[in-house]
Amino acid sequence: MLLWLIPILPFCGFLINGLLGRRMPKALVNVFAVGTVALSFAWVLKTVMQLGPIEKAYVEHYYTWIQSGALNIGLDFAVDRLSAVMLLIVTGVGLLIHIYATGYMAHEGGYYRFFAYMNLFMFFMLILVLAGNYLVLFVGWEGVGLCSYLLIGFYFLEKFATDAGNKAFIVNRIGDFGFSLALFFIVRQFGSLDFGTVFAKAQGMPTEASAGLITGICLLLLVGATGKSAQIPLFVWLPDAMAGPTPVSALIHAATMVTAGVYMTARSAPLYLHAPLAMEAVAIIGIATAFLAATIGLAQNDIKKVFAYSTVSQLGYMFVGVGTGAFGAGIFHLMTHAFFKALLFLGAGSVIHALSGEQDLRNMGGLRTKIPITFWTLLCASLAIAGVPFTSGFFSKDEILVSAYHYQPWIYWVGVVTAGMTAFYVFRAMFLAFFGKYRGHAHPHESPLSMTGPLMILALLSLGGGFINVPHWLEPMFPAAAEASGESWPMYVASFAGLFGIFMAWLFYVAQPKLADQFAGAMGILYKAVYNKYFVDEIYDATVVEPLVQGSRTVLWRGMDAGVIDGLVNAIGARSRGVGGILRRLQAGNVRGYAAWVVFGCVLLLIVIGLGTGGAK
Amino acid sequence: MNGVPLSWYLILSTVLFALGIAGFLYRRNIITMFMSIELMLNAVNLTFVAFSYKLRQVDGHIFTFFVMVVAAAEAAVGLAIILTVFKNRQTLEIDEVSSMKY
Amino acid sequence: MWSAIIFLVFAFVAVVAAINLVVQTHPISSALSLIGVMGSLAVLYLLLGAEFIAAAQLVVYAGAIMVLFVFVIMLLNAGAENAKPIGSRAKYFGLPLLIAFLGIMSFVVQAVIPGGNNVVFGEYHAGPRDVGKALFTDYLLPFEVVSVLILIAIIGAIVLARKEID
Repeated sequence: MLLWLIPILPFCGFLINGLLGRRMPKALVNVFAVGTVALSFAWVLKTVMQLGPIEKAYVEHYYTWIQSGALNIGLDFAVDRLSAVMLLIVTGVGLLIHIYATGYMAHEGGYYRFFAYMNLFMFFMLILVLAGNYLVLFVGWEGVGLCSYLLIGFYFLEKFATDAGNKAFIVNRIGDFGFSLALFFIVRQFGSLDFGTVFAKAQGMPTEASAGLITGICLLLLVGATGKSAQIPLFVWLPDAMAGPTPVSALIHAATMVTAGVYMTARSAPLYLHAPLAMEAVAIIGIATAFLAATIGLAQNDIKKVFAYSTVSQLGYMFVGVGTGAFGAGIFHLMTHAFFKALLFLGAGSVIHALSGEQDLRNMGGLRTKIPITFWTLLCASLAIAGVPFTSGFFSKDEILVSAYHYQPWIYWVGVVTAGMTAFYVFRAMFLAFFGKYRGHAHPHESPLSMTGPLMILALLSLGGGFINVPHWLEPMFPAAAEASGESWPMYVASFAGLFGIFMAWLFYVAQPKLADQFAGAMGILYKAVYNKYFVDEIYDATVVEPLVQGSRTVLWRGMDAGVIDGLVNAIGARSRGVGGILRRLQAGNVRGYAAWVVFGCVLLLIVIGLGTGGAK
Repeated sequence: MNGVPLSWYLILSTVLFALGIAGFLYRRNIITMFMSIELMLNAVNLTFVAFSYKLRQVDGHIFTFFVMVVAAAEAAVGLAIILTVFKNRQTLEIDEVSSMKY
Repeated sequence: MWSAIIFLVFAFVAVVAAINLVVQTHPISSALSLIGVMGSLAVLYLLLGAEFIAAAQLVVYAGAIMVLFVFVIMLLNAGAENAKPIGSRAKYFGLPLLIAFLGIMSFVVQAVIPGGNNVVFGEYHAGPRDVGKALFTDYLLPFEVVSVLILIAIIGAIVLARKEID
């Protein structure tokens, strides 16, 4: 079925745009960039339709990559129901974002470079999704990290952009370290990295014997996932990643890359089902992150930062989903989140574009009439994320919360509060930006069709996407947890929390605008903590970064490198000079001195010979 | 007493050789140093002839002959060099001719 | 017995002349002392039965080479050496070295040559006939090479000591 075409097409786009793009007109760059992704999407559609209801994973083996003793790792692509869902999301939403970017980036420098990197990202992400074993997945994993770094630091002349890129990459690396360790343990335990082999062996293992090691593996995989999917404690890179262009934030940090952690966890479900402790860890980290990020999002003034923390929070929901056993629900939320979060970011980009670069909510307002298409599409997204009944977000979020309730009720209640906060901060942003009087100085104008077109498509998906019954589709892979237990009140409470959040936002920002500031003043220290994101960056800086840098500087650099290694080399040189300095005094230009040395040597020789012959005698 | 022990000749040769070395090391005049070299060569000649007597062979004499020839050639060229040095440096002190140093 | 007395006398003369060569400040005095050394050595050669060598010593060495030395000393008008105090390195290093050298050599000589070998005048002698025979048969190649060496020395001496042609 030529699965390799799916990632190779964007890769060709990367090569063409990367190598030749500088001299090509923008239209041609667009053709290659968008066209290759479109072709990839078409091929995905064809593949999925051709495979139909997939019972067993369809694997294509290309060549043997590593052959070492009993370890045999090949370059395998596999498609099963889970990959099919992910493929459609990645290529579909990716295509829409590429189209949007042609409009958004039209006036930016380095146009061809941007699309080259975007295509490269698609290539790696598709490798990640199509992987048939953990190592190929890791290749894609690392590759998307690289592209994330390249794209975050796209405006490389700005120091904060390059710093953000570094931060993303380095924090990701920490997660990747955990992932690598997990891979080693998997090899040790199962002798292979192939999904089919590993999962089959895992199914067959007795629970007590395996519990310890598999729990260890799953926890290490979780470390990798927290790095890539921005969970506690490695979420700090995502808000800074907003330094990149908005389409990047939409594609990478909302719809696709950050979901890789969730995807990987769902893929490893057979392993996790044997390690209940690890699943509990996943769920707890997920809900803690969701709650924490939502609180931070309440107080941010940059529209992109609000949505960034929202992404972190929603990813937490997905983790709760997979952690409580509802893998299907987690993936379902992944899909709906891709729709409405991409739409939110693209819409925010449209607003920023309309205001010629303004990102601060305090300088917006009353844009409802000026950029209506953006407003209506963003409204659809906000309704979806708030979980208003019958939007896509409603279905997916409720499935997760219900599953959480049956797992451990406290997670459910925290999730409900978080849902309320989610609704609140999203509609806060909406009201601040689109209602009231315009507080800024720019001339808002509606975006071109290349930008509004994808917005409209995504709006439809955000509203209607919930009716795509993903959990049902994934049921053969992830047997549904005991969710059909009749009670429906958890669903109503969650929806009510969402609506309550919307109402509170309306109250604070439309009806009684002064209430917001009074409340913030009343909360005093709490508000300050939340506004400064709990000083997480500062804490990390002080406890991890500074000691590392200082330690490196004093011990490794000055001590080891300059002191020991350089010292050693310099000492050898100095010693040679010293010896040479002593030896050169022999060459004094003094003939009699030379003669004396000759006599000395002669006497020595005579002594030696004399002793020799004398001894022989 | 029936003659002189051979070792006496050799000891004499040694003494002359040592005096030659002393002269070479302790004198500063180039010509005197040269003459000390000649003294050393003579001492060696004596050794050769003495051993030639002991072995009842003429080869020692031949060697002595060649040493004399070489000493003559060396004296000719060496004195020519001394002349040149004197022309350039206006001095016959060996310590003044010491520019090839570190 | 006579040979012993002659040996002792002329050995004494040789050593005294050698010491004089080392000690004298004026090069001309050193040159004359050297001639004295060569003369005594010629007599010693005769005692050892080396007739040709003794003659060659007087004719070539004392007669030609030393005359050359004297010519050069006169040409350069070399004066007496300025007395300079002997260097500390030379004093403490050189003298013991010399004495050591002497001691070792004497010891070796005594060890190698048993005391019984005596030089008796007349027991062996090699005149020009013997030397010539060996020179032109066994040692013909070195002879020819040495003649080339002399040629080189002549040319070298002329080239080095000639006046610059402007």
